[in-house]
Amino acid sequence: MTLLDVQNLVLSIHGTSVLKGISLDIAPGEICGVIGESGSGKSLTALSAMQLLPEGSDCSGRITIAGRDVLSMREAELCRMRGADIGMVFQEPMTALNPVQTIGHQVAETILIHEGTSKAEALSRAAETLARCEMPQSRFPLDRFPHELSGGQRQRVVIAIAIALGPKLLIADEPTTALDVTTQAEILSLLRRLVDEDGMGLMLISHDLAVVTGLADDVVIMKDGEVVERRTARTLHRDMTHPYTKALFEASGHQPDRTESRIEEPLLKVESVSRDYLLPRRTFLGAHPKMRAVDAVRFEVRRGECVGLVGESGCGKSTLTRAILGLERVQEGSITLDGRDVFAEPDVRRKMQVVFQDPFGSFNPRHRVARLVSEPFHRLNRSATTDEVDEALTSVGLAPKDKHKYIHEFSGGQRQRIAIARALIIRPELIILDEAVSALDVSIRAQILDLLVDLSVTYGLTYLFITHDLTVVRSIADRILVMHAGRIVEQGTTDEVFEAPRDTYTRRLLDAAPKLPV
Amino acid sequence: MLRYTVKRLGSLLASLVVASLVIFACIEVVPGDPASFMLGINAQPDTVAALREELGLNRAPHERYIAWVSGLVTGDFGTSYTYRSPVSEIVVERLAISLPLAIYALSLTILVAFPVGILAATRRGSLTDISVMATTQLGVAIPNFWFALLMVLVFAVNLRWFSAGGFPGWDEGFLAAVKALTLPAIALALPQASILARVMRSSLLDTLSEDYIRTARAKGLTARQALRRHALRNALIPVLTIIGLQFSFLLAGAIIIENVFFLPGLGRLVFQAISQRDLIVVESVVMLLVFAVIIVNFLVDLAYAWVDPRLRSRT
Repeated sequence: MTLLDVQNLVLSIHGTSVLKGISLDIAPGEICGVIGESGSGKSLTALSAMQLLPEGSDCSGRITIAGRDVLSMREAELCRMRGADIGMVFQEPMTALNPVQTIGHQVAETILIHEGTSKAEALSRAAETLARCEMPQSRFPLDRFPHELSGGQRQRVVIAIAIALGPKLLIADEPTTALDVTTQAEILSLLRRLVDEDGMGLMLISHDLAVVTGLADDVVIMKDGEVVERRTARTLHRDMTHPYTKALFEASGHQPDRTESRIEEPLLKVESVSRDYLLPRRTFLGAHPKMRAVDAVRFEVRRGECVGLVGESGCGKSTLTRAILGLERVQEGSITLDGRDVFAEPDVRRKMQVVFQDPFGSFNPRHRVARLVSEPFHRLNRSATTDEVDEALTSVGLAPKDKHKYIHEFSGGQRQRIAIARALIIRPELIILDEAVSALDVSIRAQILDLLVDLSVTYGLTYLFITHDLTVVRSIADRILVMHAGRIVEQGTTDEVFEAPRDTYTRRLLDAAPKLPV
Repeated sequence: MLRYTVKRLGSLLASLVVASLVIFACIEVVPGDPASFMLGINAQPDTVAALREELGLNRAPHERYIAWVSGLVTGDFGTSYTYRSPVSEIVVERLAISLPLAIYALSLTILVAFPVGILAATRRGSLTDISVMATTQLGVAIPNFWFALLMVLVFAVNLRWFSAGGFPGWDEGFLAAVKALTLPAIALALPQASILARVMRSSLLDTLSEDYIRTARAKGLTARQALRRHALRNALIPVLTIIGLQFSFLLAGAIIIENVFFLPGLGRLVFQAISQRDLIVVESVVMLLVFAVIIVNFLVDLAYAWVDPRLRSRT
């Protein structure tokens, strides 16, 4: 018998059609992966099953859970079903928990409101559930608050909330997207174990093909509110027939065409750089304890090269980036660009530009594109000519007329193109790409990577590519630096690092990374 | 929590010291001699000399500062030049009206603003919400002395439910005193309640769109349970800030309303003392108000920590 059965689900929000006849089913003990890019409707499909849709939604079709029709249930019945029969895990563990309640209380609440047990019993069952999610009492007492936990630990708490009552169906919406690769691997294996132990059905929503094909039994591919293909996960790469599925696969493993054009002369030299942060005093008027964020880091980037800097959150890569950009002084060591010190001669900073992860947050929403793009000219004490703006926009694949628009009129990928245009306009030699493609869908990401490769040839650019994503860095970098706990633990050519990693941390990172079947 | 409290107490003491230094310095750096300033330009030189002696102005500044501060600590605020009685007595007399009035007005503010703000937020975009937004806009815009006069006209002159002004004193019985303070408290509370209701509404709307509210709904909580158990406490943080500011304002800023209702409160005392150039009263009352503001801020800080565990552990 199927557990979740969705037949011809149609959803519109304020009159805009979002889901156009979705049909899918999940059996007990089955893991069904739902893959799609942003806007494909995968999260709304999940929220339809929970009936937690945004205001103005109009939902029709048929959704049954264990034979019960969800769309005809009254709100009180839905409340009894949510949490008891279906549990849900969300993408952002940092914000999914109430910051002012203890984790024990939040897990126990699921039990309390459904079964009306005593508080003490609910708490002791919460402790058991947390222990099943690898959060034992001995290390994580129930009175911990969410801010005292890491992202991965918080996600375990969210999972504990969802499975506390042993639901028949668990919906996990991008459960590992916000996490580091090693943490991602742990959370995925936890989900696998819980499904095996409890015989739950799991709907695993993700944009990441490798994550889903590695864990799911079946895969459903969604595009623009429709299911375009459903296959067995293990054989998807052989059996797929729909052009969109093939395009997704191509884009996920996309390898931009590159020719090596590097010169042996170093452009950026980072020599024995260390950076300490002062922590709050432990005693009144005592000395501030120090935290070494970057520890004796040294490396070179040669002209025309693309160097990947890989590391997990908190490894010191952002601190290092700020230091290279000359934004934060370092306590030890020197950073030179083209032989000139970035701190002593701030002028040299015009030779480098940066592109950040968030293509929306890094632009002032009240300025037009022309002004946004010409911002770096402040360094040169002149304003950009119309020709320069036009050329910058054209070079990243936009039209000159786009300069009159505002940033909210563009999609994520286009915004990132504008960010690149802004970096290009004063003809820098080095561009630092700080997680520049991490927030993009795979097909857009492939396009941006191609663009970066083209631009490096046209303008003779050097890239420092900072990311947590190993697949991306493998496809574009000549050399790789692996950073862990403030140190560069391994560096070498891309092939050396991927094929024969020497450091144990690098090996752990590579093992944890989900891989596409080939 | 203890550590946090001790730290906040430390910063409270530091603020008090700095504030007393600033107030003292202000009076010190004012051009001219405080004694001749207080007596006006036609004063006799020997009167000025006598006042200088009385004020201790012939001593060195640091000695005077220490004398003033130790006086404040022991409750000796000096003697008012115009009233010829101890400042502490005058202030206590005035506080007996101003403090209850401020507490009364603030309680009304909270009692009205919380339910109204919550109602508007939970029914966003409905007719209720729109009328709440319109009414509170009006409440902020109406000058409160005009509203006070209107209430006097309706409830005192026409309906004769309340007296038009004055204060019988607490000796006349609690109810009589509270009754005398009712119209002034409503007049003071109207704009404050309007502001607070709007803050409550927008803060709650922000909180209701947070991810953890969705988590709570996914657990099976009803919309109302999610509001009560998860949203309210989180929405309280910006609201507490505003309440703290409002209390300080109500304590000292009630001068116009005190005038409308002939209430001998702190605001009128400062006003009179300034126009009569009674620097001793001005200095002490300003210090007292600063003290009140700092204490209120301290209490707000403690309330923050009670609401938000992240503040307790951040040292």
